[in-house]
Amino acid sequence: MHLIDPLILKLILLAPLAGAVLIALLPDRTKLPNWIALLTTLLAFLFTLHLPAHFVTGQPGFQFEVNTPWIADPAISFHVGVDGLSLWLVVLTGLLAPVGVVASWNAIQSRRKIFYALFLVQQTAMLGVFVSLDLILYYGFWELSLVPMAILIAMYGRNQGAKAALKFFLFTFIPSAPLLVAIVWLYVRLGTFNFVDLQSQIASGVLPAGALFWVALAFLFAFAVKVPVFPLHGWLADTFNEAPVALTMIVAGKLGLYSLLRFHVGLFPQQARAIAPLVIALAVIGILYGACLALVQRDFWRLMAYAALSHLSLIVLGIYGFTFTGWTGAVYQILSHEMVDAALFLLLGALEVRYATTLIDSYGGVAARLPRTATYFVLATLAMIGLPMLSGFVGEFVILSTTFADVSRGWAIAAALGVILGAAYMLMLVQRLFYGPESPLVSSKPSPDLDFSELAILTPLVVLMLVMGLAPALWFNQIESGIHPPPSAAAQPVAEARP
Amino acid sequence: MNHVPDIYRIAPEVIFTLTGIAIMLLDASIPLSWPRRNLGWVAAIGTTCALWASVWQLSLPDGTGFFSTVETSPFTVFFHVLICGIVLVTLLLTLDTLPTGGHHQGEFYALVVFGAVGMCLLTSAVELLLVFIALEISSIATYILAGYRKHTGRGPEAAIKYFLLGSFATAFLLYGIALVFGATGTTQIYAIARLAPTAPNHGLVVAALAMMLVGLLFKVSAAPFHVWTPDVYEGSPTPVVALLSTAPKAAAFAVLLRVVYEMFPNLRSMWGPLLWVVAALSMTVGNLAALRQQNVKRMLAYSSIAHAGYLLAAFAGTGATGIAAASFYAAAYAAMNVGIFAVITLAAGYDENLSLIDDFRGLIYRTPLLGGMLIFFLISLIGIPFTGGFFGKFYSFTAAVNGGAVVLAIIGLLNSGLAAAYYLRLALASVQKPQATDAMAPKPQAGAAVIAAIFLAAAATLILGILPGATLQSAQTAARALQSPPEPPPATSSPIQSPQ
Repeated sequence: MHLIDPLILKLILLAPLAGAVLIALLPDRTKLPNWIALLTTLLAFLFTLHLPAHFVTGQPGFQFEVNTPWIADPAISFHVGVDGLSLWLVVLTGLLAPVGVVASWNAIQSRRKIFYALFLVQQTAMLGVFVSLDLILYYGFWELSLVPMAILIAMYGRNQGAKAALKFFLFTFIPSAPLLVAIVWLYVRLGTFNFVDLQSQIASGVLPAGALFWVALAFLFAFAVKVPVFPLHGWLADTFNEAPVALTMIVAGKLGLYSLLRFHVGLFPQQARAIAPLVIALAVIGILYGACLALVQRDFWRLMAYAALSHLSLIVLGIYGFTFTGWTGAVYQILSHEMVDAALFLLLGALEVRYATTLIDSYGGVAARLPRTATYFVLATLAMIGLPMLSGFVGEFVILSTTFADVSRGWAIAAALGVILGAAYMLMLVQRLFYGPESPLVSSKPSPDLDFSELAILTPLVVLMLVMGLAPALWFNQIESGIHPPPSAAAQPVAEARP
Repeated sequence: MNHVPDIYRIAPEVIFTLTGIAIMLLDASIPLSWPRRNLGWVAAIGTTCALWASVWQLSLPDGTGFFSTVETSPFTVFFHVLICGIVLVTLLLTLDTLPTGGHHQGEFYALVVFGAVGMCLLTSAVELLLVFIALEISSIATYILAGYRKHTGRGPEAAIKYFLLGSFATAFLLYGIALVFGATGTTQIYAIARLAPTAPNHGLVVAALAMMLVGLLFKVSAAPFHVWTPDVYEGSPTPVVALLSTAPKAAAFAVLLRVVYEMFPNLRSMWGPLLWVVAALSMTVGNLAALRQQNVKRMLAYSSIAHAGYLLAAFAGTGATGIAAASFYAAAYAAMNVGIFAVITLAAGYDENLSLIDDFRGLIYRTPLLGGMLIFFLISLIGIPFTGGFFGKFYSFTAAVNGGAVVLAIIGLLNSGLAAAYYLRLALASVQKPQATDAMAPKPQAGAAVIAAIFLAAAATLILGILPGATLQSAQTAARALQSPPEPPPATSSPIQSPQ
């Protein structure tokens, strides 16, 4: 037990918030907000590193737990803690924050104060989502994470910012209405917002199954939009197209996927199993649909948006296969995917700053001019398409192999097809951006290659991709210790449960 | 039980009245060349004293005075503090934004204070005739305030619409009072509560309830009695709307709580479904109409109709839960709504240079702080957590779910998703880059008073969102006070035989 163990989660949550307040109070001098934001995010990242360093692997339940009453009636408490599931997601969020700051360093030239203050608030909100164990606190952070995002998209959108912001906000906000009703209904029936209590009480079967079906559906719906899962992805492409790069890195994926695992599968294992075949089907459709659309995009942000849909759907497939390995692989794939995406977005953002366009056709032959950019981009691309020995391979392999073995061969083959398509569109992107004849745009705009700060942040990411690809065991044990097989033998694969 | 002088029971009202009279006398007696603005400070000081007196009333034992017509209890104190707070913020707001010269500034302040007398009395009256009188006092003051901008066509139009429809609604209330007197032979609320269940003519009681609901629902601008709201809000000066959309509504909700929970608790099977429908209708109608508005004040008018609906959802809660949720919502709604109208007054100016949503484009670039405040209040109106608006909705819908109205809660929360669309339109307009073609409004001149007003509203909204515990506790105390009427004095109020 370390001295600051009981404090660490509060520190992690407060550090970005304090930075935001500081930025808001200090004047908007040349690069002052940038530096404060960078230092704060690095500090917060250091704090998050405390968690894995002092995490006791194998110990069941939550660690670094803080449970302070907040409101007496209804009993809402400031209840935070991490387990193997959220541990690395917190660290990942901490890691990506300075990446986001560096990605915005040159891209954001006006109103830096507002940008960085809101960016840091967004960090707190996301970290809060991962550590909250009280449903209302969780819901609070979940909703709070929308606000800075929507404002920043509107302020820094490329040309249709306000529209994209509205779309993004409403797409996530409206489904969270049934979510709140469901949370309140659980409270009225069970008298607690505490995640652990709710989990055991729901498992004990005191609630009517019919109502639970709707409650679980409300949870699933809210999270599926946020991931997004196939027919609910309408906001994704516009948001990717308009959002500042630093926010694109964090907008999709991990919040929704984590919530699915923790609060849908975790709270309602039976209901989640019942609906799993549908979600699996949607996930496979999402994998293929996203990949096909990504193949034909002319704008690289839109391409990345559909690529994200495809990759995130694969993780959803891993979650709803209801296998223990699949869950571990899914969490691992979240870590890998977010990291690889961050590196790719950082590089694409750097290209956009240098050449002021996002149309793929305007590029060509950049590799000769910016060799370092090209090298890092290729590395990240290889990690993304799942080349063995890089991080993307491990998660993809685990998910696909368990799906094949334990869930359904058909779905696994279809999903693997999507992965192949993924290699196609990503390699085509590399080819069209970096190789081939030099385009007039590239030759007319001589631009500097990656600068020191960009290299300083990309190199650790690439090294990490390699380490994650070579030694996944470093992470697997801790992740596995966080995935408690739900009591009702839910860890049986879906296929076996079918008649 | 030690005796409490009757005058203590109406201490805040007395202070308000004296302040109003003092303002009118001063206005008439000081030389014309002197600025009238300082009268506003007199009003603000009087309001602060009244606020203090309301809190002081907590130290009195609960009970009634003036022959069981006026009550002091945690319930009345809760709403007194709320109303005094709103009036104070409104006064601070007008101090800096009301144009000097040419206008009847002294009258303005006096009317605000007199209106406050009526609203405060409304919440503490336990005698229906006094309720009616208090309602008239508050309404007449607000009718005049609504038409305060005489030089524009809209001002008188707003005042006349408000007056005609308002008096019509008050007539319904009065008719309801007459019917309930016919049924039970008394107009004292506690006596009615005792007698109504056994009243010989049950139909009369039900009719009375219906009539009174019409009158009160008009005052809180719940659908389908809402049609006056947008026109009146659009025509009235913005600082007046800040008052109009909050304080009289809070007072009317207090009366509504009294009527349904204290006077006719046993008629729940009647008013429960009725208010359910009105709540669902208000939210939906308000939000759907607000979506189509281009004018900011009209949009906020429809939004206030929707908020009346959210508040009414709390009435689906049984007993103290419902009352506490409704009271809390009234406080949260008042804080954020006064706040947003204060911001709009300051940004658009008294003459409303900015009236359309598009006019607010780039506000955050012109005045970052004001733009930030606008966004903050809008976020609270949307109901994002860590603001007062969230806990307001949360308690309201928790009460509804508690009372079994899950469908109403779902309708309400889906509505708040709908509402986010138009609130965000304004918020996102204010963060967009101003275009060259946009008419540049003059940079607002912010004085100390108006800054204090916005700060107070923002602080209240934030505190209600982060530490709602204290307010919720007082709301619950208030609810319990309303739930447990004092023991009836045995001899004094022997019921008159119902006239047959």
